[in-house]
Amino acid sequence: MSSELSTHGSKTSAPYVWRSVLILIATSIVLMIAIFVGARYGLLFAVGLGFGIVLEGLGFGFAGPWRAMILKRNPAGVLAQLLSIGLVATLTLPLLETHGSELSGARGSIGWAMVAGAFIFGVAMQVVLGCGSGTLVNAGSGNPIGLLALPFFAIGSFLGAYHVIWWTDLGSLPVIVLAGWSGLFLTIVMLAIVAAIFYYFANPQYRKIPKNYLIAAAIIAILAVLNLIIAGQPWGVVYGLGLWVAKMAVASGADLSGSVFFSAPINSERLKESILTDYTSLTNIGLMVGAYFVASWRIKGFSQKIPRLPLRAWSATILAGLVMGYAARLAFGCNVGAYFSGISTGSLHGWAWFAAAFCGSYYGVKLRPLLGLEAKS
Amino acid sequence: MTRRITGLLALSLILGVILFDLSTAQVNPYRAPPIIALGSGVASVGGFCGALPD
Repeated sequence: MSSELSTHGSKTSAPYVWRSVLILIATSIVLMIAIFVGARYGLLFAVGLGFGIVLEGLGFGFAGPWRAMILKRNPAGVLAQLLSIGLVATLTLPLLETHGSELSGARGSIGWAMVAGAFIFGVAMQVVLGCGSGTLVNAGSGNPIGLLALPFFAIGSFLGAYHVIWWTDLGSLPVIVLAGWSGLFLTIVMLAIVAAIFYYFANPQYRKIPKNYLIAAAIIAILAVLNLIIAGQPWGVVYGLGLWVAKMAVASGADLSGSVFFSAPINSERLKESILTDYTSLTNIGLMVGAYFVASWRIKGFSQKIPRLPLRAWSATILAGLVMGYAARLAFGCNVGAYFSGISTGSLHGWAWFAAAFCGSYYGVKLRPLLGLEAKS
Repeated sequence: MTRRITGLLALSLILGVILFDLSTAQVNPYRAPPIIALGSGVASVGGFCGALPD
């Protein structure tokens, strides 16, 4: 994801005409969803568009900043993530306390499969250099690695959801939630401690958070709060991807009644409904389309050549995509649903996810060049 | 080959998923929930990454 937004030159000869068309198309899609599916769904898609535009336009993300911390001891992106999570927590934890019947947090239990899933997700996300949201944004902006990983991520998510109950039965703690004002206080203190640790270990030349990261952190926080207020649930990614494949499997004649997960009323109901009424699907689509629009907005947004990578790199991308999807289901979400939304809505599993996935990322960063994924065209 | 091709492929992928979906499920705006969950008095019932069956 590049942060450069070019404002000169031309997309042919009239960039402003092209950009006006992009704005018109985006507005039209939002309105069409609002009119033909429902106002809430139109708003959610607009929130998803916002996520995609900010993540791609301001170069904000999750996998890249973790890589920067591991390789260069550059904590800027991670600090911005923690800031954003803190902002969201400040608004959402009191709301969840007062409107618990209408809003729900990203709650999950810490368990063997959850921690292992997060660790493996961390490895795989560094191999493809894109997390849950990052894979969608990368694909939307024409990154071939993201595009290839995405369908396999979705298949992995479906398979992980199919088996998730077997994995969680291996053992887990009860769901632990830091709720209310005391929960908010604890969450902010823990975020500050983690930020201080990253700051302490940082290379001194990288101890300042760039302005684009600060702006992105604030806007992402606003969008995440809007997601909760509009949908009644936090921002997530993985559920929607698995649902797409599950719907295709059912349409192909597959019987999912053998899965405890898909035979549960909430999920079997979702299989019958349109994905345009599924909140995570809507924001996922918005993320991709938003990233595509940003790349189109830039004068040379799509001019980058497809890299020449060895076969093992493309094979690794497919495998990593599959593993990411499967592992994210066991971990109760990816960097968005578990880490960002989990911590910001007070679930302790978000913290366990963060620790495990960061450890996994360390090995993923080491693995990436061995798989030929850093070759240049 | 540039990213223009892969960007268009990504967009086509999403469009294909939506068209497939619309061929298998109906949408009805009159069954849509209140525009905003907060203050609606209606419980959240959407699927989520961390939500497991009871």
